[in-house]
Amino acid sequence: MRSRMFLMLALVVSMLVLSACGGGRGGTIKIAILAPLSGDVATFGESTRDGILLAIEEWNEKGGVNGNKIEYVIADSQCNAEAAVSAANKVIDQDGVKFIIGEVCSSASIPVSEIATAKQIFQISPTSTNPAVTVGEQGTKPTVFRACFIDPFQGKVAAKFALDNLGAQTAAVFLDQGNDYVRGLAEVFIAEFEAGGGRVVVRETYTGEDRDFSAIVTKAKDANPDVLYLPDYYSTVNLIAAQAKERGVTAALLGGDGWDSADLDREALDGGFFTNHFSDQDTRPIVQDFVSKYAAKFGSPPDALAALAYDAANILFQGMDKANSTDPVVVAKTVASGTFDVVSGRITYDANHNPVKAAVILQVKDGAVNYIDTVSP
Amino acid sequence: MAQTLLRPAQNGVMLKRRNGMALNRFSQGLFALLGLLVVYVLASAFWQNPGLFVQQVLNGLQLGFIYALIALGYTMIYGIVKLINFAHGDVFMVGAFTSFYAVATLDLHRWPAWIFPGIAEGLMMLVGTVTVILLSMLISAVLAMVMERFAYRPLRNKPRIAALITAIGVSFFIEYFGALPFVYTNNYITYPRPFEVSVYSAGMISPWIISVVWVLFTVSVVVFSWLTWLSRKGNSRSRFHVQAQTWKRHPLLQFGLLFFGFMAVVLTLTGARIETRGRVWDLSASSVTLVIMGASIVLQVILQYIVSRTRLGKAMRAAAYDKGVARLMGINVDGVITLTFALGGGLAGAAGVLYATAFRQVHHLMGLIPGLKAFVAAVVGGIGSIPGAFVGSLIMGQTEVMAAAYISTPMRDAVAFSLLIIVLLVWPQGIFGEPPAEKV
Repeated sequence: MRSRMFLMLALVVSMLVLSACGGGRGGTIKIAILAPLSGDVATFGESTRDGILLAIEEWNEKGGVNGNKIEYVIADSQCNAEAAVSAANKVIDQDGVKFIIGEVCSSASIPVSEIATAKQIFQISPTSTNPAVTVGEQGTKPTVFRACFIDPFQGKVAAKFALDNLGAQTAAVFLDQGNDYVRGLAEVFIAEFEAGGGRVVVRETYTGEDRDFSAIVTKAKDANPDVLYLPDYYSTVNLIAAQAKERGVTAALLGGDGWDSADLDREALDGGFFTNHFSDQDTRPIVQDFVSKYAAKFGSPPDALAALAYDAANILFQGMDKANSTDPVVVAKTVASGTFDVVSGRITYDANHNPVKAAVILQVKDGAVNYIDTVSP
Repeated sequence: MAQTLLRPAQNGVMLKRRNGMALNRFSQGLFALLGLLVVYVLASAFWQNPGLFVQQVLNGLQLGFIYALIALGYTMIYGIVKLINFAHGDVFMVGAFTSFYAVATLDLHRWPAWIFPGIAEGLMMLVGTVTVILLSMLISAVLAMVMERFAYRPLRNKPRIAALITAIGVSFFIEYFGALPFVYTNNYITYPRPFEVSVYSAGMISPWIISVVWVLFTVSVVVFSWLTWLSRKGNSRSRFHVQAQTWKRHPLLQFGLLFFGFMAVVLTLTGARIETRGRVWDLSASSVTLVIMGASIVLQVILQYIVSRTRLGKAMRAAAYDKGVARLMGINVDGVITLTFALGGGLAGAAGVLYATAFRQVHHLMGLIPGLKAFVAAVVGGIGSIPGAFVGSLIMGQTEVMAAAYISTPMRDAVAFSLLIIVLLVWPQGIFGEPPAEKV
């Protein structure tokens, strides 16, 4: 009995020593990728994985982080809480990983962030927009970050763009009261637009099942605003825009990253603007370099998910590089106070570990989506 | 209800409850107050901004005419088999998807251009669109017949609740079969319209067309009044009297009254420019609204014609009245019921095409809410009655749009379904319905 205890103790000690050895120069550093690789958002997971793999490849070609080659494990976290928790426990306890990139969905990232906080593991989610990912009941989670901006930020950028670039004085806002994403964007837009001297003349709510928007569209026509803000997903925006156009609404249409879809009705939304994380038409060299490398490796142009995943990986590696450490807590402190130049812009972190960065404005024009501008908050 | 199908044009408005019992004083007062409130809200809305108000009425008409086509199917099937066919909304969805594939994949709306390359654009659009609608009607009719044959006929002599539950099952089956990745998928798909849409506002429709429509409408009204006067006058057994009564209900006359009436009003409003307190409101209607109105009235008149003037219609009315006796008279009741489903399905298919054209989106659950709304419309109008379904749907369309415009959009469904409760409380038989026939 006693000898067995001793054996186990020896094993544990040797494991600790071995993993500590990994921290030195010339060793390896292991990270985990948590992404939904099956289920209905499998394509999100694949883009995310590919973006991270590209970043890892680039860093290893340069000789790794502080001389340590990067190794990775991939776990399918399926965009749901249970699968993500078991995947996170597996990579932390079995594979001894101390750095996690993931998950894509907020609903899966939140439970993972709780484990990461409890076990002092570094986590950066590329695309989870829910504020609760980085902020818990005890305040900001010290080792958890994200690479994307949160929902209200887009409303702020859209309001700024409407006021400054479009010169709008009046706005109409349609929102789905039952959808947190839509409400988050719309409420911040209204507050910021009015704070900036604009006037919201029509504020109408609808439900997710509505297909006939004729009544509220007619009201918007009556009020004749300069912009019509539609921060919903493409499926609803398609309907509202088509009906608005038919009823003679001439306001400029404005939206959020929910418009970013191949199924967007580009004819009905012709001339409309939306805020997004990234555009592959951005002329900055870092963006063009990423776009061409990604296309060469995976055979298709990167979407916003791939770009944000690439950014998340780069933030992590740059943070490790600057901290010159593989201790998650030290790296987290460096990331929180650092500045990072990545594909989606220059990023710094605020007190809640949300990135402060510019958003891009895209315009739907003649069947294509064009890069217009980068707007800083 | 059977009697309603039997004498479609003789329904008077019933204002009493079924058994002659009046509501108690308290509810009467409550409803009167509610009615006054509604009138006040609408009147003040009209007073404040007449342009906006009239435009909302036009929006409501478009919605109402689509509901009318779906509601007709509900009401016909209920009139004959006493079954509320909950899968009717899904036949509507299949109709919309059929036209989607016909337009997007087969390019069927441009077929005249394949055969006659030099054909005028307008004519091609008209012929092509009619073809697409007819194809959707055909497929939907076949679906409705298959549904009847395999799901409802085996339960014909079982308790009615069994067929009702089966209808709900069939509805779910079609909806979620449609969601499968190799069928329609569960994506929201943008619908390519079979015809180009133009928006008509002041000065865009030539006054000539508007005056011709008004003249035709006036002629219809004059003829109708003259026939009414003839049929009232003199000896009720005289030949003139009987003929006048028959002619009065002629489908062509109905068409003239409804089609030209609605068209005249809508086209005139479209050309209107309302000025109030320094503001100018140009009313407008899109070609989709006009097509929906026109198609809906044409199909409704054709249906009236079939029910009231053909052998099939006679058989349908007989089967509605008493299936057993109809069978004894040599009527193939099963065949009649199948054809009734086919007619209802065809109308739902046409409604699906029009709905998709108006809202430019198809989805496997798109039939759910319009189906329920049309059902409510049929009940409001008096289920089993064809004019009732029509009037009920127009009321429903207006209620919804007015609720969305002057209360709030999330309240529209609540208001629409409250209408059902109110109608059931005040007139359980609906506006055009009659008390059930006494059968011994």
